[in-house]
Amino acid sequence: MWAQKKISGWGRYPVVEADCIRPERRSELLAAFEDRGDEPLLAYGLGRSYGDAALLDGGRVVMTRRLDRMLEFDPESGWLRCEAGVSLEQIIHTFLPKGFFPPVVPGTQFVTVGGAIGCNIHGKNHHVDGCFGDHVRSMEILTGKGDIVECSRDVEPELFWATIGGMGLTGLILSVEVQLYRVANPYIEMETVRCENLDEFFVVSEESADFSHTVTWIDCAKRGAGMGRGIMMRGGHAKAGTQHEDGAVMELADHVMRMIDGRPFESNLWLNSATISIFNEVYFRKTPPGTHRTVVGYEPFFFPLDAVNNWNYIYGDRGFLQYQMVVPDNEATREIIDQISASGMGSFLAVIKDFGELDHGGLSFPMKGTTLALDFPNLGTPLLDLMNRLDDVVMSCGGRVYLGKDARLSEANFKTMYPEWEKWKDIRDKWDPDGVFQSDLGRRLGLS
Amino acid sequence: MSVLILGATSPIARAVCHEYAADGHSVYLAARDVEEAERIAADVAIRFDVDAVGGPFDALDFDNHGEFVANVETAVGPITVALIAFGDMGDQHASEEDFASAKRVIDVNYTGAASVCEAIADAMLERGAGSIIGISSVAGERGRKSNYFYGSAKGAFTLYLQGLRNRLFEQGIHVMTVKLGFVDTRMTFGMETAIPVATPQQAAQAIVHAQERGENELYYPRFWKGIMGVIKAIPEGLFKRLSL
Repeated sequence: MWAQKKISGWGRYPVVEADCIRPERRSELLAAFEDRGDEPLLAYGLGRSYGDAALLDGGRVVMTRRLDRMLEFDPESGWLRCEAGVSLEQIIHTFLPKGFFPPVVPGTQFVTVGGAIGCNIHGKNHHVDGCFGDHVRSMEILTGKGDIVECSRDVEPELFWATIGGMGLTGLILSVEVQLYRVANPYIEMETVRCENLDEFFVVSEESADFSHTVTWIDCAKRGAGMGRGIMMRGGHAKAGTQHEDGAVMELADHVMRMIDGRPFESNLWLNSATISIFNEVYFRKTPPGTHRTVVGYEPFFFPLDAVNNWNYIYGDRGFLQYQMVVPDNEATREIIDQISASGMGSFLAVIKDFGELDHGGLSFPMKGTTLALDFPNLGTPLLDLMNRLDDVVMSCGGRVYLGKDARLSEANFKTMYPEWEKWKDIRDKWDPDGVFQSDLGRRLGLS
Repeated sequence: MSVLILGATSPIARAVCHEYAADGHSVYLAARDVEEAERIAADVAIRFDVDAVGGPFDALDFDNHGEFVANVETAVGPITVALIAFGDMGDQHASEEDFASAKRVIDVNYTGAASVCEAIADAMLERGAGSIIGISSVAGERGRKSNYFYGSAKGAFTLYLQGLRNRLFEQGIHVMTVKLGFVDTRMTFGMETAIPVATPQQAAQAIVHAQERGENELYYPRFWKGIMGVIKAIPEGLFKRLSL
């Protein structure tokens, strides 16, 4: 049954109203598609894209989170066939005890497989393993014409290509075959390396290319000689026999964190330039200079923020925006951090990472270069102006902004950043000539 | 131990199935939509490494309920727990217009449920062990104009389960009646309500715990017992004027 609902992405900006349905099973989904009337349609998974990628103001939105059957698993090869509403959390919960892990995970495990493909998500292992889509073998897609099409790199390869990173605009993914990989245990062997400034980050990052996973927290508030200081975490899944024991205190702390919910703390007052500077200072200083080896669980390594439910509420009801870009040029990275630190608007949740060579093209984000992701409280026009200025720097060197995080990019800037947009759109129009699948993001970027 | 789930495609039934499978029990998932029952069975087998079989079940095929139960036991062994989770809300308005529609609602929710419970009870009686969980409804507690065909059928099912419990108690067979309030399913999706809505997982955990403790009756969320107490206490002279 369709119901009018207010929906938003993880950034809680913008908020739109749409006619929503949450099918409990595949046949209900197919019936809902037939029942959509003349309105455009879009899938909405777990709502972890930040902006308006999963929103469709006034349209029909199919919430796919209950379409989560695992259909087939081969314990020899690690291939899993599942419905697109299965979350990475469910995959890890089911398969880590059997010694398997998803090929790529983002900063939260609460994303669906369908969303992981639509945004062609990347993780800390991009420089080695590429994106989620690189580990998908086939997909079953409900297209705008109402056909169910099985596609892969060999069968209907164009639809397959355009759907990976296609932001849900090529159709609704019904099921997927994805490769899971062997791991020996739930632990991560890692090193932390303190970088005193951006130059040091670039050096350490290059030296760290052999680690399967790298990510660096970066202080985007610090100006002067310490600009771009940060803490790199590099490592990978631990070898068999690695021992790790959480101290009782850590276990208790973890348990307490899990009981905390961000919603009662919703306020526009928590995050301002003073609190952000203090947080960054404390975070930086808690890690002593040099390199330190530790063994940690996979959750604090991959998903530190999942420990607090609904942490997005601490930005208050105005919501927040994330700016994530990639630039193939160190000077452009410096320029961007300089502008952000000068603005005083940035937040404490900033990460920086060097991507590898793998570039899917189309609307997919990752490409060779340095990516920086940073949350901003929704401060309105001054923030949007800053982001437009950052776009100029990004475009000047052939970089891109990540659509999965975006709520404000202009059509013109998008088309400069994603030169393959026309090739992508031709394929999408071939499979969906009537524009059944749309999103607010797509409309804003001239893709509907 | 084997668990039979009838009406397995509902989110609550599926969640109950997950609870039992997580404890290592084999499950037989039966539903009208066989294809979906099989998909859910495949999912359960992958997630929990248990035997899971999906198969067809038609509540209105009264003549074959005995055979159905026999087939289930052939497939997964003696049924230790059976969950009757199927039901059909129907459309009250359509039922008023056309009695065939009303009869269907009554037959699915009451006659069909009673028929298959008898068949399950027969099988359990041979062993003198087992547990039957019937999902009834708070709608069966008091007749209302908005859904009295469904409500009366569920009310009859509640009475049936009471009688069955009374009869089977001495034979060592447990019968439990479950009356669910608002659970986050298709029925409540988009509903604006001040009353807290339980997740299917919470409802499932409560059902399984209550079954394991051998409870006779479970309201869930539990405060619904209070809500229904109030609703039942309203004098009929007033109630007939209300639109609840």
